[in-house]
Amino acid sequence: MTKTNEVLDSVTIRFAGDSGDGMQLTGTQFTDTAAIFGNDLSTFPDFPAEIRAPIGTLAGVSGFQIHFGSVEINTPGDFCDVLVVMNAAALKANLRELRDGGIIIANTDGFDPKNLRLANIAPDQNPLENGSLSKYQVFTMDVTKITRAALSNDSGLGTKEIDRSKNMFVLGFIYWMFNRSLDHSVKFLTEKFGKKPDILDANIKLLKAGYNYGETVETFTTRFKVEPAKMASGTYRNIMGNQATAIGLIAASEKSGLPIFYGSYPITPASDILHELSKYKNFGVRTYQAEDEIAAVCSIIGASFGGQLGVTASSGPGIALKTEAMGLGFMLELPMVVIDVQRGGPSTGLPTKTEQSDLLQVYYGRNGEAPLPVIAACSPADCFDVAFQSCKIALEHMTPVVMLSDGFIANGAEPWMFPKATDLDEIKPPFIKEFNAEGKFLPYKRDEKLSRPWAVPGVKDLEHRIGGIEKQHETGNISYDPENHEFMVKLRAEKVERIADYIPEQKIDSGNAKGKMLIVGWGSTYGAIKSACAKARSEGYDVSHAHIRYLRPFPKNLGEILNNFEMVLMPEMNNGQLVRIIRDKYFIPAIPLNKIMGLPFTSVEIYDRIKELLKDEKKANKLEFASNGSGK
Amino acid sequence: MDSTTQIASNGHDPKMTAKELVTDQEVRWCPGCGDYSILKQVQTVIPELGIKRENIVFISGIGCSSRFPYYMETYGMHSIHGRATAIASGLKASRPELSVWIVTGDGDSLSIGGNHFIHILRRNFDVNILLFNNEIYGLTKGQYSPTSPQGQVTKSTPLGSVDHPFNPLALSLGADATFIARTMDRDPKHLQETLRRANSHKGTSMVEIYQNCNVFNDGAFFIYTDKETKKLETLFLETGKPLIYGENNDKGIKLDGFTPTIVSLADGASTNDLWIHDERDHVKASIVTRFFDNVHKENHLPRPFGIFYQEDRYCYEDAMNEQIANVISKKGEGNLDELIAGKEVWVIN
Repeated sequence: MTKTNEVLDSVTIRFAGDSGDGMQLTGTQFTDTAAIFGNDLSTFPDFPAEIRAPIGTLAGVSGFQIHFGSVEINTPGDFCDVLVVMNAAALKANLRELRDGGIIIANTDGFDPKNLRLANIAPDQNPLENGSLSKYQVFTMDVTKITRAALSNDSGLGTKEIDRSKNMFVLGFIYWMFNRSLDHSVKFLTEKFGKKPDILDANIKLLKAGYNYGETVETFTTRFKVEPAKMASGTYRNIMGNQATAIGLIAASEKSGLPIFYGSYPITPASDILHELSKYKNFGVRTYQAEDEIAAVCSIIGASFGGQLGVTASSGPGIALKTEAMGLGFMLELPMVVIDVQRGGPSTGLPTKTEQSDLLQVYYGRNGEAPLPVIAACSPADCFDVAFQSCKIALEHMTPVVMLSDGFIANGAEPWMFPKATDLDEIKPPFIKEFNAEGKFLPYKRDEKLSRPWAVPGVKDLEHRIGGIEKQHETGNISYDPENHEFMVKLRAEKVERIADYIPEQKIDSGNAKGKMLIVGWGSTYGAIKSACAKARSEGYDVSHAHIRYLRPFPKNLGEILNNFEMVLMPEMNNGQLVRIIRDKYFIPAIPLNKIMGLPFTSVEIYDRIKELLKDEKKANKLEFASNGSGK
Repeated sequence: MDSTTQIASNGHDPKMTAKELVTDQEVRWCPGCGDYSILKQVQTVIPELGIKRENIVFISGIGCSSRFPYYMETYGMHSIHGRATAIASGLKASRPELSVWIVTGDGDSLSIGGNHFIHILRRNFDVNILLFNNEIYGLTKGQYSPTSPQGQVTKSTPLGSVDHPFNPLALSLGADATFIARTMDRDPKHLQETLRRANSHKGTSMVEIYQNCNVFNDGAFFIYTDKETKKLETLFLETGKPLIYGENNDKGIKLDGFTPTIVSLADGASTNDLWIHDERDHVKASIVTRFFDNVHKENHLPRPFGIFYQEDRYCYEDAMNEQIANVISKKGEGNLDELIAGKEVWVIN
């Protein structure tokens, strides 16, 4: 029987199941295959905080969304087109993400009375049977039954192991549905299970069985084609944010000639940076799992004092613990990088959900006047550049630097046209190798950047003491002198401001250089804002987009750019943070657009607000402190 | 991967004198403070150790003790309260060839710094910890500390402290320290010898130094140093020698099972029955570190001084750096372009 092929520009698939169903693996495998095939893509893993919530419950639902296409893809998809659900709880938790008319692929075994009960659904209200899904296209398959049948005879595996592999069947089917090759996944499985031939064979068998199921069974008549995207020519790889961060740090290490000392404490969603770096000992990376967050940041102060590239990473609660030590680093004027992979707060908050609510903490959160440079990544691949630049600025200006990332970027993936090592910036730390001036060595005598020389133990005649107490200009001796203190506070602030002479000017990402509305964003809102603006402009709205990477100091021309627009709208995944800093510094009535749901913005939410503000300009002239982000 | 700094070598520097370790900074401890003596003994001993001055680092936390680095003409850092141990760990791990000394106090290490204290002992970095114990918070003007005796009247405990104090040496042994010693500011020779022994030990050397704070806790340790009382209250430990003390060396300590018992040699007890100190014996160390009686208790044990325990155990920095060296010898040094490209790439034309 004939199957038709429908060509689509882009598709969003969401895989959802119980935490034990392997949805993350299914999602990442599909992503890797799509990337290698040449689609542009963006992903969003959405998992619960607990390790293994009770099977079948709503708390245990784990999801993975991928938006891929032959066109430019900037977001993981505002809504999904295809929802694959392994049980009733997964459907209940995720149905709101599916567009009307979308496709549901459901594993019927996950909709038995037990699963319905666990998902708080009445036994006679099975959604697959009660007509509630009439506005979607629903396809059911008994994955558990089919996989058991496929493997029972000769696999050598028990029922539990067979059931655990059912995600491979689902993956195979989806590959069929989207005309994808099984090659990458076969290669992956072979590497992973090479030493366990029984498991390897079973998984490959199921992968193929899923594919063949689509081919054979008559229910599925339509397949989809999503051609490779027209991306810039070059060599690409797939990369996730935390991975890119780790590689960026190592790149800085190589370019500066300094080994990395990475002191860290496990915390979601930053732990993967520690895992990645601990694999690269052959780059001389020392990873140190300290006893707590404070020990982690203190250990890198020690390493930096010794002349190494000290780096630590954490999330909101850990950064809170590190603040005193970050202040010490600022006062000592030693290079170090502190990475905050932000998550829902406050306090323990939402460990596995994304947010960008630590900006004010890293901007202001230390005792006394301690302005630290802050740089924010805007996408998974951008973490490479931002990690690299954070190290460069820290090392060349003798200061701690804060790098901001978030859970969405950290765990998300995108294709990356990666650079060659020779094309990366040089990094030249201001080491002083010998003392040949007159008199005594002055550890706080500054250059034109206002940064001090880096005199490291082991070098003769440069012995000196540094500390957290206020110090006399140039000599570094303890000083309580009133005029000296005020002078030093302003000097340290000026040192940070002068970094603006060494960073690029702010660019307009899309839209006109002057106009009615400018959307200013930072961090992971990049893709959603970009998409929203493109859509709005295509309908005639005069809206531009600027995305700020350097949050302190700001690029020198930022004020000028802001003043070129009548209205500035600032979407943030917090209750208004950068908007306050911008208003304070540039005296403009920037309008906040806040979403604090542990979820990224959809481009629709931003687009709706653009329309609302530009259609009725009277509304826009009021200063708004509270704004709902849903656009509804 | 080469560092841009000179690699330090530990060649003997015969020219170093105590004078070269003195800074141009005016020493600001109170007149009569025990810290002056400790500073002097450290400046006397260090030139003998055969370490180049540029390879020595002093790291302190916060407290009167922690002003120490400013008075030593070496590399030094005056850091934050309780965290010198954590900072020194990072320094030693990445620059294992440096001679790292941590100066801390009873508040700095056993209160706010308690967590880092036990972890550095367990990790056994090859550093020297000088813990100035004056049983009080001096810098903040007289609050009690985790080592102050129960009942002590201080600024924050006007009705007497209700805290049961730490026994720092028992705590150190519990944290698996590989070198545990106690000495005092008022016995220069003993302090110097303890410093030499601490430096020779490969691993974390935990040295508690009883130090008199003459302004806020004057006399806390006088019974161990005053002529009238010291012989009765102080027990000097030496490996291979029996535990003997007293006015005319007439008292000894015997081990009855696991219970230390005081016997009178004057009344006929034999020195052959006495406990012989062995700093390598862990079980004995667990008992002798607990000679921690309140002096008002009848028939109390004397307070021991000396090297309580020493063992050889690998140091964290050696294991860490060995792992790295092994990986490099197996895999070769990393290639940045290969790392950036990862396992699978594709080309778009």
